[in-house]
Amino acid sequence: MGIYSKPVVFAVIATLVILVGTVVTVFVPMFMPSTQPVSAYVKPYTSIEQEGRDLYMREGCNNCHTQTVRPLRTEVLRYGEYSKAEEFAWDRPFLWGSKRTGPDLNRIGGKYPDSWHYRHMHSPQSMFGKSNMPPYGWLAENKLDTSESFRKTQILGYGYSEAEVQQQIADYKARVTAPDYDSKATRDEVTPAALRGELTEMDAIIAYMQKLGRDVKAMESQQ
Amino acid sequence: MNDTGYDYSVVRGFAFSALFWLVIGLVIGLWLAFEMFDPALNLTPWLSFGRLRVVHTNGLGVGFGLSGIFATAYYMLQRLTRTPLPFPRLAKAHLWVFNAAIAAAAVTLMAGMNTTKEYAELEWPLDVGVVIMWVMFAINVFAILIKRQEKQMYISLWYLVSMTVTIAVLYIVNNLEIPLNLYKSYSIYAGGNDANVQWWYGHNIVGFIFTVPVLAMFYYFLPKATGLPIYSHRLSIVSFWALIFAYLWTGAHHLMLTPLPEWIQTVAIAFSIFLIAPSWGSVVNGYYTLQGNWDQMRTNYLTKFFIIGITFYGLQTLQGPLQGLRTLNAFFHYTDWVIGHVHMGTMGWVTMIISASFYYMIPRITDRELYSVKLANAHFWLILVGQLAWTVTMWIGGIQMAAMWKATNPDGSLMYSFLDGLTSLYPYYRMRFAAGVIYFIGILVFAWNIIQTVRQAPAATSKA
Repeated sequence: MGIYSKPVVFAVIATLVILVGTVVTVFVPMFMPSTQPVSAYVKPYTSIEQEGRDLYMREGCNNCHTQTVRPLRTEVLRYGEYSKAEEFAWDRPFLWGSKRTGPDLNRIGGKYPDSWHYRHMHSPQSMFGKSNMPPYGWLAENKLDTSESFRKTQILGYGYSEAEVQQQIADYKARVTAPDYDSKATRDEVTPAALRGELTEMDAIIAYMQKLGRDVKAMESQQ
Repeated sequence: MNDTGYDYSVVRGFAFSALFWLVIGLVIGLWLAFEMFDPALNLTPWLSFGRLRVVHTNGLGVGFGLSGIFATAYYMLQRLTRTPLPFPRLAKAHLWVFNAAIAAAAVTLMAGMNTTKEYAELEWPLDVGVVIMWVMFAINVFAILIKRQEKQMYISLWYLVSMTVTIAVLYIVNNLEIPLNLYKSYSIYAGGNDANVQWWYGHNIVGFIFTVPVLAMFYYFLPKATGLPIYSHRLSIVSFWALIFAYLWTGAHHLMLTPLPEWIQTVAIAFSIFLIAPSWGSVVNGYYTLQGNWDQMRTNYLTKFFIIGITFYGLQTLQGPLQGLRTLNAFFHYTDWVIGHVHMGTMGWVTMIISASFYYMIPRITDRELYSVKLANAHFWLILVGQLAWTVTMWIGGIQMAAMWKATNPDGSLMYSFLDGLTSLYPYYRMRFAAGVIYFIGILVFAWNIIQTVRQAPAATSKA
């Protein structure tokens, strides 16, 4: 047999063989708009939401939580409307996950008030005694680093100016530190006194939670 | 070096690296298994489940799996080509770069530098290191094949060559990212495309690390250990080409019922079912090799490892395509069933074959007798029982979780909250931890047996 005594020819043929399926199922779809359609209703993340998304990645939340509701009856009952392709146009990387030790989060935005999230992130067990989620109270002890927020939005192509990014940060800070913030009491409870006037990592990850699935609700109500 | 001129020091170095990362990876696995029913072990951010899980998967998949593959590959390459390693100092550097990369991977992942793409979590500077490490390996692979003294390339070499080229393609394509700084980058693909690229990678990295090179070991060490030639050369040719062709089409069965276009999912299902044929081609080839010599299952401790190992491979490659079917996937996906599936492959097939290959190889490269066959048998039974208890527990837990997710009351409302389903699994999570301890003890016996083997005085008759 010829190719079994010609290692370089063999390697070239093996490479071509593995590339067939790769080209058809991976490379070609990259150039098909249907693989990742876009919708004007699905907006990029704000800088704070993006910071929260980066923290979600840093903590490996995707190891236990998915972000795709499947088109199955009980799944729609449990989480809400099933996930649409358009929702993920700004997601780099995607965070669909592969295991549900905790519930899906694709429709978590707006489901609970911020105060629920502050309490739950701080100590899941204080709300659900038997939960196995790690407590993330220490996120409230870290001041949010926004020094690269603008560059992140540049790389991700969100199209914000530097002034817009600064405004987003200032606005969110004003919102969560305002005396009339609806979740003020809980936020103050979990945030160390010195950081109550600052943005913390916990503020950002909650901003991200509240964004998940919210734009698509607007998209659906228009259709 | 010994009198044949073969360089075995790098084989030995990778073999002991494999044992080291195996033990570390399993300790982390046990830690995580405990966290699943008692979150008290999330002591610091570095030890929190979300960060630690990727240290477990990378530590065992890459740290243990890949160093076991490199150890046996450097051995098989030299023996099958009857040629000494062309660049032994490059191979030694490969060993050090590899271990430094794994150590750096563990530290950075615990520090939260994580791209979140499964089995590709390392940040970009380490990706560059991995590519350099792979090129160092590939240079020796191709140089030895070009300089070889044996005209025909044996089956195992086909598998090693296809691994060498495929892993390179997979790793580079899936890790294309734009750096923000040294510790953070963003994927160049968005949403559905990123998912599609990732699971093309995720499925095939498993295929070309946990299947292809392990089959190379199987085809080489099974005949060596049993003294029996492989049953059918033609079957191995057909299986090889069909396997490496079909594998690359199947990644999207990990994305069933997600927003990924349906045609990609359906193509993946079709090829997944097709993949049963070449997988079982190797299983059948293994079984028929023993034709008329099944008494070796009793008399030859190595035969047990290989035959039970390939049996788990056979079960794995039936279970995989079936759980990729849309209706079954709708039930099983996202539950612990899948965790059980993965661990049958890794704890059953991969570890059994690497263990037996080491038992055959280490005494020969060190001119020593195996320290204890009795301990090798104890190791076999402990990891078999540990693995079966582990995987069966997770399958039952997965079925229960899936059923509770789907259960509805007569009025159509959901019967159980998410937390009801989760907490009902805690008894299974405890059993899984216990099964993991049994398995871990088996692995400690294995490591002890290998260490004691090389610590003995050299055997009187040295036959390398």
